[in-house]
Amino acid sequence: MHVPDGFLDAPTSIATAVVAAGGVAAAIRGTRRDLDERTTPMAGLVAVFIFAAQMINFPVGAGTSGHLLGGALAAVLAGPWLATLALTVVLILQAFLFADGGITALGTNVLLMGLVGVWTGWLVFRAASHLLPRRLTSVAPAAAIGALVSVPVAAAAFAGLFAIGGQADIPVVAVLTAMVSWHLLIGIGEALITALVVGSVVAVRPDLVYGARPLLGARPLEIRQGVTP
Amino acid sequence: MSTRRFAVLAIAVSLLIAGALSWYASSSPDGLEHVAETTGFHQSAETHAAETGPLAGYATRGVSDERLSGGVAGVLGVAATGLVMGGLVVVLRRRDRSGATGPQA
Repeated sequence: MHVPDGFLDAPTSIATAVVAAGGVAAAIRGTRRDLDERTTPMAGLVAVFIFAAQMINFPVGAGTSGHLLGGALAAVLAGPWLATLALTVVLILQAFLFADGGITALGTNVLLMGLVGVWTGWLVFRAASHLLPRRLTSVAPAAAIGALVSVPVAAAAFAGLFAIGGQADIPVVAVLTAMVSWHLLIGIGEALITALVVGSVVAVRPDLVYGARPLLGARPLEIRQGVTP
Repeated sequence: MSTRRFAVLAIAVSLLIAGALSWYASSSPDGLEHVAETTGFHQSAETHAAETGPLAGYATRGVSDERLSGGVAGVLGVAATGLVMGGLVVVLRRRDRSGATGPQA
């Protein structure tokens, strides 16, 4: 979903850059609470994995492909503030080193993937976690639901920006419908990859998973009950 | 699994994906490109300012073998991402600790 230069007009691109900069500044403040001996390595690993995974476009039919956006994945593994920073770092490197995603569109891409994607994924993950049974095996499915929803929501956000500052005279409803329907399909791939990765990390090191912390807080009590005669 | 071992494994998986498996990625237009083409706003895209860069388009300039060219670009991207994000969190954590009480590893 990397927006190239030219899709949106200059005022819209500048406005999204301002919003993105504000979001990144908030994320830098927000990480003050989150950075510890677990999230610090996880944040770097999440950024690296998302860069790698975004190189793999998977087919979603009719000559169209999609790749992981990684917002929900990063938020569940490292927390939403570090996720926003990780996605921002990935998008900056992609734009400047790999010519993927426009440079004037960098703010737009950070807004869509680093803020809308991450925070939609995180909030839906939290909501799904409340509905699912309170156990570790619920973390991956809840993350998958967050991932599934985050992609079409980010796509709808692009359509919203296109409505404001699109550089071509195309009916907005057509853009919105096409963006959301294709990205719902891509969202299924996003959900599968997110479930696989989060499930794998939960299986080996659940304590490293930011989104699993509320569950682990209650666990020592259960262990003590089992061990004490 | 120790944190160190977990990190080594995660980096190895990322290098494998970016360096080797990325060759098998679909080359079809992505969702946004497809929508731009079908609804008709793809022509408003402009040439990328970094189009002539040494790694533009996930290809390494000067490496003629396409598979190797993409793999090298992927590995370099993984390294760059790790260095920048890793450096950023280390700096931010140092900020958090300055003024905090007690030594930390």
